[in-house]
Amino acid sequence: MYRGGLRLTERMRRARFEAAMLPHLDAAHNLARWLVAHPQDAEDAVQDAFLRALTYFDAFHGEDGRAWLLAIVRNSCYARLRKNRRRSEVMEPVDTLELAADGGASPEALHLRQADRQRVQRSLECLPAEYREALVLREMEGMSYKQIARITDVPMGTVMSRLARARRRLQEMLANDPQKEKV
Amino acid sequence: MNCHEVEPWLSPYIDRELDLERSLEVEAHLAECERCSRAVRSLEEVSALAGAAPLYPASPALRERLGGRRTPASWQAAPWLVTAASLALAALAIWRFSPEPVRPAADLLERDIVQEHVRSLLADHLLDVRSSDRQKVKPWFNGKLDYAPEVADLSGQGFELTGGRLDYLGGRAVAALVYQRSQHVINVFVWPEAGQPDRAPAARSIEGFNVVSWRTKGMNWWAVSDLHSVELEELPLCPCFMAPNRTLHASVAASRPRNPS
Repeated sequence: MYRGGLRLTERMRRARFEAAMLPHLDAAHNLARWLVAHPQDAEDAVQDAFLRALTYFDAFHGEDGRAWLLAIVRNSCYARLRKNRRRSEVMEPVDTLELAADGGASPEALHLRQADRQRVQRSLECLPAEYREALVLREMEGMSYKQIARITDVPMGTVMSRLARARRRLQEMLANDPQKEKV
Repeated sequence: MNCHEVEPWLSPYIDRELDLERSLEVEAHLAECERCSRAVRSLEEVSALAGAAPLYPASPALRERLGGRRTPASWQAAPWLVTAASLALAALAIWRFSPEPVRPAADLLERDIVQEHVRSLLADHLLDVRSSDRQKVKPWFNGKLDYAPEVADLSGQGFELTGGRLDYLGGRAVAALVYQRSQHVINVFVWPEAGQPDRAPAARSIEGFNVVSWRTKGMNWWAVSDLHSVELEELPLCPCFMAPNRTLHASVAASRPRNPS
């Protein structure tokens, strides 16, 4: 009887976990895939994150499950990237990077309508991880600055400036893409 | 506000993340500045482009592994069927209190194999003999089975032998060889089945795990892992994935049922 009761409790906990977290699996995998690039690594990172989330599920009190889960996914992605010793590629201190002066990508110089999805994808892949994750969370997942701040563990002001810089950088990359001339 | 002052607020402006006061200030400036208005339009454009970049939803296998159910594509075309299935599931849930997943009737052996794989990982009974040396793993099976499984060293191809154990499948004792690739455990089950023709390798996903099976020289081979199917199919034991100019792995070819008497 005792074992049965214990098992039932655990199963109910598991069921609550799945009901709360599985709806965000696609968002979790999308973020992981954009962060770690390699398909198997992305799946592994998501799986690690779900295990960790299940472990700490009792600390989750039902508020914004998506942001809660994505923060864990993000951590497990960076842990995986560090383990693969690719840290230098992804942990550039981007907020201090020099950007082109204002007007470097004047709106007139841009012909973004011609930019096809592949070019956008390639450019996104080349962005520093902090910019990429901000864009993925904002543009693909439609998250608020507050949610992004929570997930990426930075103040909202930093989210704002990162997104602005990320967009400017993306504009510049698309405008300067040499392949554009061929289109 | 002049152009220089308004510039940092344009990006949060298109995201509707500014408070009302600042938002009105930005709007007042945009109403009289064509240059900044164009900058806003191009920000909106780049935002839309990034939003149209490819999304990577979770694979059905990953979803299933994490507890989600598969939703076959054909079901999406028939909402009534989903509704009916949901009702049936709900009825089942009420009846059983805690619902068991409803799965398509997979082959019993396939499911047993996946369950043995899971059990070997969960119950911490992965290895009876722990060695990366095939000369140690292979003799360990002597006297425990009525055949001699061939044990290949695949470390050169990225699959590390970690050992073996006895398992029980389809009413008989079988050899389970355990390989590892980048922290992923691969259970390779092998047992003889006399008088059956060779069978080309077939890959599928069962309960979220990837499984590849084939039959060659009278031996059944089943490899199961949570490894990505692409990588599992690189397992060099498997005859189909070899370059045409390569011969079948020598040790696989040498696998023979041994006469128990």
